[in-house]
Amino acid sequence: MLKVSNLNVHYGVIHAINDVTIEVPDGQIVTLIGANGAGKTTILHTITGLKKATDGSVLWNDTELTKVPAHKIVTLGMAHVPEGRHVFANMTVQENLEMGAFAGKNKEENAAMLKEVYERFPRLKERYRQYAGTLSGGEQQMLAVGRALMSRPKILLMDEPSMGLSPILVQEIFDIIKELHKQGLTILLVEQNARMALSVADTGYVLETGHIKMKDDAKALLENDEVRRAYLGV
Amino acid sequence: MLLFLQSLANGLNLGSIYALTALGYTMVYGIIRMLNFAHGDFIMVGGFTLFYTVPLMDSLGIPKPFAIIIAVIVCVTVGVATEQIAYKPVRGHGSMTALITALGMSLILENLALVLFGTTPRNVAAMFDLPNITFGSISLPGKTLLTLGIGIVTMVLLMIFVQKTSIGKSMRAVPEDRTASTLVGINVDRVITITFAIGSGLAAIASMMYVTSYVSIKNELGIALGLKAFVAAILGGIGSIPGAMIGGLLLGLIEIFVKVYLFPAWYEAITYGLLIVVLLVRPAGLLGRKDNEKV
Repeated sequence: MLKVSNLNVHYGVIHAINDVTIEVPDGQIVTLIGANGAGKTTILHTITGLKKATDGSVLWNDTELTKVPAHKIVTLGMAHVPEGRHVFANMTVQENLEMGAFAGKNKEENAAMLKEVYERFPRLKERYRQYAGTLSGGEQQMLAVGRALMSRPKILLMDEPSMGLSPILVQEIFDIIKELHKQGLTILLVEQNARMALSVADTGYVLETGHIKMKDDAKALLENDEVRRAYLGV
Repeated sequence: MLLFLQSLANGLNLGSIYALTALGYTMVYGIIRMLNFAHGDFIMVGGFTLFYTVPLMDSLGIPKPFAIIIAVIVCVTVGVATEQIAYKPVRGHGSMTALITALGMSLILENLALVLFGTTPRNVAAMFDLPNITFGSISLPGKTLLTLGIGIVTMVLLMIFVQKTSIGKSMRAVPEDRTASTLVGINVDRVITITFAIGSGLAAIASMMYVTSYVSIKNELGIALGLKAFVAAILGGIGSIPGAMIGGLLLGLIEIFVKVYLFPAWYEAITYGLLIVVLLVRPAGLLGRKDNEKV
């Protein structure tokens, strides 16, 4: 269980995240929707230590993550697929995946995981020697997800996985998310594509200029008039 | 033929000194996008360490080449201390701040050497007592061949290290993407420190090659050598490890061959002229590549 409580984050004098509380129960998909600049990415960055919180708590099982250095987070079973993929462009696909297992020192487990990722993403296997920078946007997104899976996470934080992808690829990415969920992975999904995100999620949070405006079952939010008007364009 | 082979050996020898120095520039630039102008001075530090430790080893009855171990330790200490004390606090305060800090560190090291050792050039005692090596009618100094060999072996080991080991891979990952590196579990600060340590260690080996070939050192050694190595790094494509090696070797070869066969007085003008031509044709250097776009 991931529990973000009363989180506050500042960029200089700007109060970017205002008293945010979010719960991600084990095995669920929780989505965080909201407009550009609402603070969705900042919340993910604060959870994985890329950004320091001003105050508040991020509790992952029994560990207070705000006290853990960012590079140790992955060893606690939490993987973060950042916005914009962030693949290692001048490394090959396979090297990127191997980097995903950087923190895991067990070679056999890493090799088994690599095989599993290749089975899940056959396209990556076809291109294993290709530089990641030469992949298409959709392939890079799959590589970013594959790299995150290499650390054998229990929870996956995904930041705008559908950004910049064609509708077919968006569907493909969401199919992958559903598949991962079915296999028991807990997912915190940040999306601007609110319709898709709410349709796969169990619970949804609506973030507006740094604070939580609504929290409800994802299905209920899909039916909510205000959400429909503001985020679903109907 | 003899002249040619001698020039080739001299060119490769000078080139591998440039290459080992250029590696320090390029690795640090690659990882923190900062030109460490103090890097050339690390070689001066290595040179003065050898000036004292070679005779010391001799008087203690230890084989003289062991002096290099102390030089490596001293250079790594100076390099890492420079990074921790001077560079780390200004990290994230813009590239101009970092650049000025690096220039400042360079001046501090140079002037410290001036205070400690004065302006008189010192001759470092020979580390290797090797006879000339003769192939048929051709004879080359053994020490030149040995240092050349050490330089090349060091570079090959570095390539293997960077390609195959976990630390080496993290040294390639951090320059590419710091966010992603952190997320996969790389301690970026630690990798930066290790990079400085390796770059400084290479500077110590370069200083050994330098004193073996050119004997005389003084406090300004670092500026001249550092500038050339910087040029070599740019020529090869700054940030690229193989680029620094090739840029360094090429620069050394060009300098020696121009000096021997063309216009001795003009070798620097021709070398830098060539650099300008290369950069006009390939602005990113020989092996530099424009960062692949992240779509």
